[in-house]
Amino acid sequence: MSTEELQAWLRRFAELVHEHKDELTALDSAIGDADHGANLDRGMTAVLAALEEAPPADAAALLKKTGATLVSKVGGASGPLYGTLFLRMAGADTFPAALRAGYEGVLARGKAEPGDKTMVDALGPACDALDAGRSVAEAAQAAAEGRDATVPLVARKGRASYLGERSAGHADPGATSTALLLQAAAETLS
Amino acid sequence: MTVGIVVVSHSRALADAAVELARQMLPGRELVVEVAAGTEDGGLGTDAMAVSAAIEAADGGEGTVVLMDLGSAVLSAETALEFLPDDVRERTTLSAAPLVEGLVGAVVVAAGGATREQVAAEAGRGLAPKEAQLR
Repeated sequence: MSTEELQAWLRRFAELVHEHKDELTALDSAIGDADHGANLDRGMTAVLAALEEAPPADAAALLKKTGATLVSKVGGASGPLYGTLFLRMAGADTFPAALRAGYEGVLARGKAEPGDKTMVDALGPACDALDAGRSVAEAAQAAAEGRDATVPLVARKGRASYLGERSAGHADPGATSTALLLQAAAETLS
Repeated sequence: MTVGIVVVSHSRALADAAVELARQMLPGRELVVEVAAGTEDGGLGTDAMAVSAAIEAADGGEGTVVLMDLGSAVLSAETALEFLPDDVRERTTLSAAPLVEGLVGAVVVAAGGATREQVAAEAGRGLAPKEAQLR
């Protein structure tokens, strides 16, 4: 993973989050506290500004800066979760190893399991695809399928869990933004 | 030196009001209570870096007990631990107590000079009076 590639990935993710901001917030207003799109957009805008202001020396510094900015600027639970994902990615040499380390960080931080209707449901299948030697594009496809599979699920984590059965019938906002993260990776990482 | 108290909330107004209510229990007594609440722009949300700074500010060597509201407040408090120096982190307790009841119990015993373990235990018993009354 080169610094340039990672920067391109983050820029594309920020663009996709911005384009899908209203959709993410609409999903979150159906089953949560209606702030996911705005929160993540604010966080990624802050990430790009921080990287611009002080360009990181290497890939690890870039990932740490991204994580530290997200845990501070997002505001909602996606801050600590996406922030931890990037902080844990900083220790690995390849994208599959980094994403796996990040995924394990998300599991430890959020204590969600597959099927709880969270970002885990998109991130886990993407990691599995990469670990099986498949391409980043195929991992993005797996994340998108994971997102779609959250639609019928009943939420067991976060604000959506207060809704019980009423949380079924909508895609999870976190799984939806994670699918965008992998889509951005497919478009920018080799 | 007393144990420091930190309040983490989505809302600055909620945190400040909870602290005001708790401080009613401490007429004329000093106690460090730090607040990390809301987003930079005054909205609802939590900031792990702000929580980390609040814990460092509240820690006078006897450690801190952190009370929080829900959801991202809990995740941000857990994340904040990663950014603390080792010695400060080791003397930080995150309390599962309900924010208002736990805070009132915590400040009273903290101001009385209790240890961090005693303060956390008192916060954890915060719901007992309400439960007894409504039984």
